[in-house]
This record gives sequence, structure tokens and C-alpha cells, in this order.
Amino acid sequence: MMRRITPLLWLMFSAGGTVAALLFPVHFFLTGLAFPLGWLEPPSYESLHRLLMHPVTRLYLFVLISLPLFHWAHRFRYTLYDGLQLKHLTELIAVLCYGAAVLGTAMTAYLLWTIP
Amino acid sequence: MSTEPHYTLYHPRWYRRRVSVWWWLQNRSYTAFVLRELTSVFVAFFALVYLWQLRALVHGPEAYAQFLARLKTPRVLALDTVAFLFVLFHAITWFNLTPKAMVVRLRGKRAPDWVIVGLNYAAWLVLSGVVAFVLLRGR
Repeated sequence: MMRRITPLLWLMFSAGGTVAALLFPVHFFLTGLAFPLGWLEPPSYESLHRLLMHPVTRLYLFVLISLPLFHWAHRFRYTLYDGLQLKHLTELIAVLCYGAAVLGTAMTAYLLWTIP
Repeated sequence: MSTEPHYTLYHPRWYRRRVSVWWWLQNRSYTAFVLRELTSVFVAFFALVYLWQLRALVHGPEAYAQFLARLKTPRVLALDTVAFLFVLFHAITWFNLTPKAMVVRLRGKRAPDWVIVGLNYAAWLVLSGVVAFVLLRGR
């Protein structure tokens, strides 16, 4: 099964890497630095909630969170077993990495589905 | 490996130099390689921050206010600063690698690397502007 889905995993790795490269810096700069440090006023709850009402925003957030998680899973898996020479733990590492990404994706989907 | 290797006749002797766990600090390009590989951890970290924000938004205004307050604590700010630099490093190395991973041909000729890299940076600039505009519009 692993061999059959490997091309798909590489595709998600590169799609996630591209999403993270193009969109994470601006989101991270605003949310992680500019808002908490007071350089810019953070958006109000009402305005973000209004944005979330739009289906395009929900699709955007789903892609924005899920694909980079798969990017991490794939890259980190190879970092672990090449970098730390853990080749004997291949299967366990793969299950943990992709499992975490699937879990994060499921949580994102659930939250997006249950927005009041 | 055991300290007393047991050699049998006709069996080749393995020669393996012990490699330190810190091998990647001896050479700048090795260091850059390992740091680049580690960016994925910080990419996942930010995905989780966004998931956390989404959860706060689903739970209501108090949860969102609490989320914003948590981001202001010094420990989270320090972590966010480091993680932001790694995410930036990911973006730059990712854009610079694209022409090597994807060869684009125009009228039978290979498009020069700088064109593809330049288009990446242009898309980055435009998308960042759009995201900032949408997020900052409703304050």
C-alpha cells in the first residue's frame, strides 16, 4: 500500500510546501508578531466571524492548514530516519507523522463544519 | 557496534568511520541543509497556531480574546519569532529551488531560472498583499 500512495504523498509534500511558502509568512507575521506586539490592531471577532461565514474562506482555511501538515509529515519523516539514522523505525515514524497530519486535517474539517 | 568485532575468514571487513551527531556543523552548506529540513517543524507549528485560532473563533468572542492574550505572553512571542524566521527561510529556499524541481519550456526553450524564481517572488508579494488587505480591512 505504501508504494501505491507514495506519489500522492510527494504531491502533497510539494503542494503543502508551496502553500506554506506563499502564504505562511504574511499570516505568521500578522498573527504572531504584528498583532501581539501592537504594531497593528488585530481584526475584531465579528469581522473574522463574518469572513468565516463565506464558503471560500472555509475552503481556504482547510487548504491552508491541512496541506502544510502533510508537507511536515513527509519532510520530517525523512529528516528523522536519515538525519538520526532511525531506519529500523521506518514504519512507526511513517504512521506517527502521517497520522498526526490526518488528525490535524480531521480537526480542521470538523471545526469548519461546526461553525455556528 | 560492538567494540570487539568478530571477523571470520573471507568475510569483508567493514570500514566505517564514526560520524558525530553534529556532523552538519562542520560545513556551512551542511548546516544550511539541516536547518532547511527542520523548517518543516515550524511550518507545522504555525499550522497548529492557525488551527488553535480557528478553534477559538468557533468557541466565541471570549475564546478569541483569550487567544489574542496568549499570543502576547513573552514565551509565545519568543517562540513565534524563531518560528517566523524558519518559515521565512522555508519560503526563500523553496522559491529558489523551484526552477531545479520544475523545468518550464517556452517555445521549445527552457525558461531561465531567474524568470521562474522571479515569478515566485512576484506571486508571493501579490498574495501577501491580498491576505493582509482582507485581514486588516475589518478592524
